[in-house]
Amino acid sequence: MEFQSIVSSLFEGFYVNCFIFAMTLLMALPLGLIISFGSMAKFKPIKWLTKTFVWIIRGTPLMLQLFVVMYAPGILFEIPINSRMTAVLIAFVINYAAYFSEIFRGGIESIPKGQYEACQVLGMTKMQAFFKVVLFQVIKRIVAPISNEVITLVKDTSLARVISVAEIIMCAERFTKKGLIWPLFSTGIYFLIFNGVLTLLFGYIEKKLDYYKG
Amino acid sequence: MAILEIQNLTKSFGKTEVLKGVSFSMEEGEVVSIIGSSGSGKTTLLRCANFLERADSGQIYLDGELFFDGADNKKISATELRQKQLNFGLVFQDFNLFPQYNVIDNVMLAPMLLAKEREDYKQNKKEIEQEIRKNAEDILERVGLSEKLHSYPCELSGGQKQRVSIARALALKPRVLFFDEPTSALDPELTGEILKVIRKLAEEHVTMVIVTHEIAFAQGVSDKIVFMADGVVVEEGPPEELIENPKEERTRHFLQKMNEK
Repeated sequence: MEFQSIVSSLFEGFYVNCFIFAMTLLMALPLGLIISFGSMAKFKPIKWLTKTFVWIIRGTPLMLQLFVVMYAPGILFEIPINSRMTAVLIAFVINYAAYFSEIFRGGIESIPKGQYEACQVLGMTKMQAFFKVVLFQVIKRIVAPISNEVITLVKDTSLARVISVAEIIMCAERFTKKGLIWPLFSTGIYFLIFNGVLTLLFGYIEKKLDYYKG
Repeated sequence: MAILEIQNLTKSFGKTEVLKGVSFSMEEGEVVSIIGSSGSGKTTLLRCANFLERADSGQIYLDGELFFDGADNKKISATELRQKQLNFGLVFQDFNLFPQYNVIDNVMLAPMLLAKEREDYKQNKKEIEQEIRKNAEDILERVGLSEKLHSYPCELSGGQKQRVSIARALALKPRVLFFDEPTSALDPELTGEILKVIRKLAEEHVTMVIVTHEIAFAQGVSDKIVFMADGVVVEEGPPEELIENPKEERTRHFLQKMNEK
């Protein structure tokens, strides 16, 4: 088989990884923020419900969650999930939102109470205090742990193959079955380059946010 | 008529009674200093007056009108609370500046957010912003920070930070400005610049309540000094009387201890 067609096949596969990556990030970040509010709620039932949810999601393998999202709706409620990609995205978004929520919670709780009090005596609403004053400081504090998660996410996208979504490693394995091993090994390069770019990007963001201390 | 009158304010945290019925009043343009040892309830009094804590009982009157009533168990709505809060300003001991904003933005943030609620904001956006900026610059000039408009809090000394925080509170034109030990977080050589600013504000007849450990300063700047101990006002009066001629044994004892320092 021709080198070029193998590479282009791998690129097609990697496009799927990138798609899962981008969609997960786009949806899991805001969902994570909402879950973090749940885990900090003053109303105890919501707090414990959220904490239990986060415990289950973080406490079980993502691979298992993929199977559950893929097959459980069909088996339990007879509503089979209509596309494999949908199942992948649901599982990934929920899983990563749970992790992000804990990072957000840590960041939000690390902001001194005095910041909120200053906002309050200056007549700001709670929303204004959060979005105009606190959130930005939270973001600065969580860039490093978030970048860790994001880099893990890039690699986790290859788990999609357990429910037969043709991401890059699954594509490469087709060649392995035909006796070609190098396509499989070469997939590492795609991940490395992608994560290299992300590392640079996060370094840039950190530097941009470094204009103030505190 | 008194601009601010506090009557029988009480506040407990769990079983600890911090305020056991505190009363005092002040006229517009007056400066009142509250002195007393740590744990006497000075800071809690300030926090209750500024609604950072809810007093358990007692009343606060502003211009003779009932402003807060501890007996009223009805929850004050967030909007109402904000409206009330804006009558008062509070300067914190540890500044609480917003680190991501530069000096002028720290001062302008709250007035800008308030302006956005005005009905004519959309039509006169530019003028309103200009007005707020001009006002912020004027105030920063008054506290001697014209040179630092675009510095970030992390680039300022403690004294400069506290002056920004005073400017930030002044920008909302509060009826009464409260200070919670404004020099306690500062190195001794930096307290002078803050005291100077407060003295200047006193000359401009800004109504102020100052919780402080700087007895000599309080004596110089105040129209009235309130001495608190164990959650009550032990003695109050004009500075020369209270400092030079305290009537109560506890006041005398406290002043003696402060003198020995």
